[in-house]
Amino acid sequence: MTTSTFSEKPKFIEDSAFDLGEAVSFVEQPILEKKNISGAEAVILSLIAEQVEAVFGYPGGAIMPVYDALHGYNDKLKHYLVRHEQGATHAAQGYARVAKRAGVCFATSGPGATNLITGIADAMIDSTPLVCITGQVARHLLGTDAFQETDVIGISMPVTKWNFQVTRADEIAEAIAKAFYIAESGRPGPVLIDITKNAQIEMCDFVYRKCTRVRSYVPQLPIKMKAINEAAELINHAQKPMFLIGQGIILSQAQEELKKVLEKSGAPAASTLLGLSALSHTHPNYVGYLGMHGNYGPNVKSNEADVIIAVGMRFDDRVTGDLKTYLKKAKIIHIEIDPAEIDKNVKTDVAIISDAKEALIALLPKLKQKTYPEWMAEFKECDRIEKEKVLDKDFAPNTEKIKMAEVIKMLSEKTKGKAIIVTDVGQHQMTTTRYYQFEQTQSNITSGGLGTMGFALPASIGAKIGRQDREVIAIIGDGGFQMTLQELGVIMQYEVGVKIVILNNSFLGMVRQWQQLFFEKRYSFTEMHNPNFVKLAEAYNIPAKKLEKREDMSNVLDLMLDHKGSFLLEIVVEKEDNVFPMVPAGASVSNIRLE
Amino acid sequence: MEQAYTISVFTENKIGLLNRITIIFTRRKINVESLTVSESGISKDIFRFTVVIRTTPDYIGKVVKQIEKQIDVLKAFYYEDKDIIYQEIAMYKMPTSVLAKSEVVEKIVRNNNARILTIEEEFVVIEKTGHEDETQQLLEALRPYGLLSFARSGRVAIAKPMKPLALHLKELQEANS
Ligand SMILES: Cc1ncc(C[n+]2csc(CCOP(=O)(O)OP(=O)(O)O)c2C)c(N)n1
Repeated sequence: MTTSTFSEKPKFIEDSAFDLGEAVSFVEQPILEKKNISGAEAVILSLIAEQVEAVFGYPGGAIMPVYDALHGYNDKLKHYLVRHEQGATHAAQGYARVAKRAGVCFATSGPGATNLITGIADAMIDSTPLVCITGQVARHLLGTDAFQETDVIGISMPVTKWNFQVTRADEIAEAIAKAFYIAESGRPGPVLIDITKNAQIEMCDFVYRKCTRVRSYVPQLPIKMKAINEAAELINHAQKPMFLIGQGIILSQAQEELKKVLEKSGAPAASTLLGLSALSHTHPNYVGYLGMHGNYGPNVKSNEADVIIAVGMRFDDRVTGDLKTYLKKAKIIHIEIDPAEIDKNVKTDVAIISDAKEALIALLPKLKQKTYPEWMAEFKECDRIEKEKVLDKDFAPNTEKIKMAEVIKMLSEKTKGKAIIVTDVGQHQMTTTRYYQFEQTQSNITSGGLGTMGFALPASIGAKIGRQDREVIAIIGDGGFQMTLQELGVIMQYEVGVKIVILNNSFLGMVRQWQQLFFEKRYSFTEMHNPNFVKLAEAYNIPAKKLEKREDMSNVLDLMLDHKGSFLLEIVVEKEDNVFPMVPAGASVSNIRLE
Repeated sequence: MEQAYTISVFTENKIGLLNRITIIFTRRKINVESLTVSESGISKDIFRFTVVIRTTPDYIGKVVKQIEKQIDVLKAFYYEDKDIIYQEIAMYKMPTSVLAKSEVVEKIVRNNNARILTIEEEFVVIEKTGHEDETQQLLEALRPYGLLSFARSGRVAIAKPMKPLALHLKELQEANS
């Protein structure tokens, strides 16, 4: 054997052949620098460097150094003292959803941190960017069951996109820079930074650089034109195409691109709960709302479509109903930023793993100008049936008490569909999302994936702080209101001008509805004896009114809407009203019940 | 039908990452059959997790995507047994007297291609590397002669497909720049 045969050997590449570069990369130019400061001050300066405007939090032993440092920066960083840490996360969520930036929370160790978990879980499942900063016992006390020590990293792991424990002051700037980058990029989500008390007290030389890249994390894959072409081919040859749009449209700010794609392709579009307000409800291609209490047309017609284009949505079970009978006639195109969502619930024919906006931009020139008058007419026919069976009943003034639907319809008209509507969880949520005619985007704030009662009041506070220029109306059930009503204190203290509407049916309405329909009317622990909500609001110095009569509704709504500043309106509604249509849990969307 | 899959996960060397990976299984009620963590050979700070689980062909891809979704995970792959070369190491502690008394144990060791690692006054330690069924077979064979202790490692595996990891990593970095 000669040496030359050796060199002809096929070239193999070793696992280590490729240089991965730095684990984390930062912009070279620092935004902010300060020598010899405490870790606590470094936390505050990091947030200032990230141009954070609002922090929602609650102090306690393990985070006191941070609160002490905050004291000196009150003019640069506004902190809102919530009344329970759950309120901090929901307020930060409400803020993030309207401000298009991560919401920020502070909490102390132990119970402070565990109180954040519900909101973090909610943000995780609804893809809301949060940066939560918790205090922790000192490094040397970790694992000793020290006072207010809990394993917050361990507890929050399943519900955070990323979390990290800081034990040294000089780690703070990089950890926070990385936290914002991860929370806001790709599919957004909550992150948590746990900072031991010693790290807050120690001194460090602070240098803040924005994080630009984490080598093990690809926020967004490059678009594959092959998939775009295949999708266009399917859409161009479709007989009954249909778009299913989700929150991805809002998160990627693809509202305009979506409109163009719809207007060119001619296809109808239906929205998920979190996708509501991505497309104006008066847009000619908008055919309604998907899911358990969505509209009749989009639910049944999705099973008749021959091409489904799902954009920035994740086929939640409340949208799909029984998977075995779902979309069986359709070729499925799924545009989604998170590869783990592809084929998770529904098998796709063409997967476009991408940010919604970029995908729609790439798709638009490939589409043929088309219209589907007959297919669109089928949706119109469904609307007619839904009107006859559901809407006419919902809006007929034939009950003694006001019905939720009437309130929402009037509120929608009076605000011209332009308010930010924050809903809690239950019948009022489904009724509001059914009947509020969203005209403006980023206007629907609700707890979708987790269905967290108690979400709306604090979330509306965050939303108002994020968008002072817009009307923010929280619509809440009498049950859910009592889960986080202590946050009225925040509204009072900081004069947050939210309008609060309690739709009081003296029941845990949605659960009662299920008991009526599926448990033979055995109302087990769903009836509620409620406090005097008006007095409660007045105790917090918030003007309030109780509305009981239909004929007063218009005037009272005007009174609330014309009022400058916060206002609480309790509306006594029908006790045993039901939300229809309804796809019973686990049933096919084709078998949606109209009554 | 459930079957065994070997998952290879390449990660940053971070505290808590093991937890992040295992909760993906816990949440889906999947039992971890074996788990090994070591340096990857790529570089000092990249680690390799080798996890064996049993699940269905339909589900395995979804689970592995959830692993890859973790921020500190660079890449995750899954394989059926036919796609990998894999080994486990087992150690067997026996009283020295059984070797002295008869040749049977020595024969068993020889026939199983095992080897004696150490002989102390009171005990010997036998080692065998192989697939689980092989080390199990040796276990059953030795048991009647007074097995004092037994320990088996998790699986380590090398994939057969020749698309180099470096190329996967290169694609990843290109997507990330
Ligand atoms: C924290 C929490 N606990 C329990 C539930 C279950 N749940 C869903 S809707 C509902 C009833 C809500 O009642 P209410 O707030 O009065 O609103 P309504 O349905 O009457 O409009 C309950 C208990 C939940 N979603 N969240």
